[in-house]
Amino acid sequence: MLNWRRRVAIRDHLAEANLFARRVIVALVMVVVLGTILALNMRGLQVDKHQDYQTRADGNRIKVLPIAPNRGLIYDRFGRILAENTSFYSLEIIPEQVDDMDELLAELTELIPLEADLIEDFSKNARQQRRKFKPVVLKSRLSEEEAAIIAVNQHRLHGAYIEARLKRHYPYAELTTHAIGYVAKINQKDANNLEMEGKTANYQGTDDIGKLGIEKYYEDTLHGQVGYQEVEVNNRGRPIRTLSEQPPTPGQDLVLSLDIEMQKVAKQALGERRGAIVVLDAKDNGILSIYSNPSYDPNLFVHGISSKNYKALLSNKDRPLINRATQGRYPPASTIKPHIGLLGLESGLITTKTRIWDPGYYQLKDIEHKYRDWKAWGHGWVDIYKAIEESCDVYYYDLAVRLGMDSISEFMSQFGFGELTGIDIHEETSATMPSRDWKYGRFRQPWYAGDTISIGIGQGYWTATPIQLALATSILANEGTHFEPKLLKTTKTQTGELPVPAIDRKPVEIKSQRNWQIIKTAMEGVVVKPTGSGHAAYRDVSYKAAGKTGTAQVISIAQDQEYDADEIEERHRDNALFVGFAPVDDPQIVVAVIIENVGGGGKNAAPVARTMMDYYFAHYPENF
Amino acid sequence: MNAQVGNQTGLLRKLHIDAPLLLGLVVLMVAGLFIIYSASGQDTALITRQITRLSIALGVMFVVAQIPPSFYLRWAPPLFIGGCLLLIAVLLFGSMGKGAQRWLDIGVTKIQPSEMMKLAVPIMIAWFIARKPLPPSIGYSIAGFALIMFPTMLIAKQPDLGTSLLIASSGLFVLFLAGLSWHLIGGFTILGLITAPILWYFYMHEYQKQRVLTFLNPETDPLGSGYHIIQSKIAIGSGGMWGKGWLKGTQSQLEFLPERHTDFIFAVFAEEFGWVGVLSLLAIYFYIIARGMVIAIRAPDAFTKLLAGSITLTFFVYVFVNMGMVSGILPVVGVPLPLVSYGGTSMVTIMAGFGIIMAIGTHRRFLRDN
Repeated sequence: MLNWRRRVAIRDHLAEANLFARRVIVALVMVVVLGTILALNMRGLQVDKHQDYQTRADGNRIKVLPIAPNRGLIYDRFGRILAENTSFYSLEIIPEQVDDMDELLAELTELIPLEADLIEDFSKNARQQRRKFKPVVLKSRLSEEEAAIIAVNQHRLHGAYIEARLKRHYPYAELTTHAIGYVAKINQKDANNLEMEGKTANYQGTDDIGKLGIEKYYEDTLHGQVGYQEVEVNNRGRPIRTLSEQPPTPGQDLVLSLDIEMQKVAKQALGERRGAIVVLDAKDNGILSIYSNPSYDPNLFVHGISSKNYKALLSNKDRPLINRATQGRYPPASTIKPHIGLLGLESGLITTKTRIWDPGYYQLKDIEHKYRDWKAWGHGWVDIYKAIEESCDVYYYDLAVRLGMDSISEFMSQFGFGELTGIDIHEETSATMPSRDWKYGRFRQPWYAGDTISIGIGQGYWTATPIQLALATSILANEGTHFEPKLLKTTKTQTGELPVPAIDRKPVEIKSQRNWQIIKTAMEGVVVKPTGSGHAAYRDVSYKAAGKTGTAQVISIAQDQEYDADEIEERHRDNALFVGFAPVDDPQIVVAVIIENVGGGGKNAAPVARTMMDYYFAHYPENF
Repeated sequence: MNAQVGNQTGLLRKLHIDAPLLLGLVVLMVAGLFIIYSASGQDTALITRQITRLSIALGVMFVVAQIPPSFYLRWAPPLFIGGCLLLIAVLLFGSMGKGAQRWLDIGVTKIQPSEMMKLAVPIMIAWFIARKPLPPSIGYSIAGFALIMFPTMLIAKQPDLGTSLLIASSGLFVLFLAGLSWHLIGGFTILGLITAPILWYFYMHEYQKQRVLTFLNPETDPLGSGYHIIQSKIAIGSGGMWGKGWLKGTQSQLEFLPERHTDFIFAVFAEEFGWVGVLSLLAIYFYIIARGMVIAIRAPDAFTKLLAGSITLTFFVYVFVNMGMVSGILPVVGVPLPLVSYGGTSMVTIMAGFGIIMAIGTHRRFLRDN
């Protein structure tokens, strides 16, 4: 008790307890007030501004990713696949996701072989990257083993991924390069073009684009329509799951008129020799074979050709990058004698009865210069048949001079000389069908009679491409009907095959249909008559062929002048040419052959043309 | 009045456990486990570690609850002085971690004296204030204030803004509950407003200033220091009224939200359980605080009243600061959401604090006999 009283004297427990209780109540009120502030603030975020934040959360997590359509396949006329999509493993890096690029590259180099130029190319590509968070290829075509090594170490290679990608593959490699071309990575120039044509959106997911040949010409058909998927991504932009998907529409498959086996025959027939072969289906000028030698492997370009390999192709003096069949400008030489002969008959300047005396040379009136015939001692009396069969130059010197350049130029243009043939690849030159205006425009010089003399035997200013020679021969064989030569035969869609109709141009119309027959008979003589310039090559054929040889004096199509002496010798040799068709009565096939710097056309080009025809008649019995 | 506390279940009562308080704490811990599981991307190993930690914390609480409050009364000054010496030692020899010096390596293990001070400070101030009748005189209050500021400054120097804030609060709550003159409270508030710019220019580290600046306008640096708070607000806001559902928060599951299972776990909760969930969580916290206050009011003497009240209110500071920073009304200071955030020594300290509260609520007889 005493104790209790003493304490009371010092402190009032009840008063203290009351004071404390009051303060606790104040504190609890503060707690409630602050708790309410928190709750109201949360209400503001979660209820009032919920829509805003929901949108931002979705913006965080949802990304729209393009899905590239599968590129249409390319087949030959018998359904053999010429361009396919095969899957390759490639090592790709998303630069935005890498913290320390040097370290990552160093780690990767320890795992798999990475050549210095690969890393150099990668760094360049990464710098020029157009879209953010888009993977940049470091190494394509990984082996299975390399892909596995990377996959196993994936956890410490942040930003590096193994991707299985579909890449174009050309199983026949150099056999199809000049016709089909190839696809390669979309570069800045392609991107600008796509932008201009408003196709950028459709190429969102696409890496490669047709660069050459069919792949370029039919890019839109082959490419297809891009698809999209909405994916949920994490904070590193890595897709976690798919929310919705709009599948892409694959590109259409193309069936070409090309026969890949015939293409092999063409390559074999040319062997090591530079040159080109064009084989047309005479019915519609579908291209059965188009081959330019030497060629190169298009698959190199698909995976990004190394600068070393590319320089080698560029500096190769045989110029493999040029498509000789459509870009080679060759003097047509005697292969155009049938056409000039036809013009002679049409103009009435000659008939089948007209004969001239060929002493082995031709002279213009009052001029000393002798224009030599290839046969030094002359052909003697020559009519139109003999002039074509034996390829008499003097007959044509005379005829050309009498026809005059204007008439020749106008008539030859109707056969497609000096014009693009319309073949469905972009790599084509119109070459040159000279005229007065052309020469004045080009050289500021008038046309001389001497110029016309050379034109009479397909020399001088006149150049033509092998595809033009084939076309001109086809028009002749079809008596004026002119179809554009085409590689594309049908397109394949989900619903079925869609034939591509042949495109015809203005036919060559002549007054007397009999004149066609005269010229064709003369051309048949070339291979049938023992004196015919192509007879040796066409001995014992089982079909009725017609043709015309040509032997062109040239230096070379190459522009380089730095040849050594031996080189000049070789490159000064004549080009061998042959154009022909068969069977004579109902032409099925047209062949044009040119072989550079090998000598006479009858000896060198005609046998090649026969090989092609033989192959055709052995393998296409239904047309025989 | 005290008799009512004695009406509790016999066994728990004998073990010095306050059942209503324990219920609140365990509910919170279990809720925390579920949220950590979601926030960590279903990481069961992490959950196992957290369960271990919770068990240790509960064990510590149990042990502390057995200690009669008179023990702290006796040991208050040595505890406080020892703690201050350790804080000085940390500043002199401490090891670095996350750009701050908080740990003291004593060979066997590392200790964090600032954690100890979270309890030593309120014990000391309660002891100091309870020596004289309440309310404390102005002079005595200022002396108490000085006692608070000494360790607070030492911890702020480490620098650990969050902890120094909590320690200062725990001491100031004792003063407040003891009946600190309203005039003085007004005076301290004005003093605080005056010292804030001084602290800003002479005392705060660059990263602390940056946090404050970012807090004031997070959108100025959306990918840098503002990223945390922006992503956190997106998580909370996108949760809406009812939430996206457990394990379905896109902000957290897709890892847009930083510090998901530690300091920012409240954002994960708010995203997945919505405003309704937030209110429920606040209710649980309020229940615990109210229970702590009831024990404080029923405590037999000034020392235990002040100590229990201060520890309870400090617990609220944790909650308020954490929720405030995660929802963007307070700057980002490293304060976890108590008993929910993953890991942290602070959980053991908090549970030790609740152990003291339980001791205060259950050791009456000893005190009454005294």
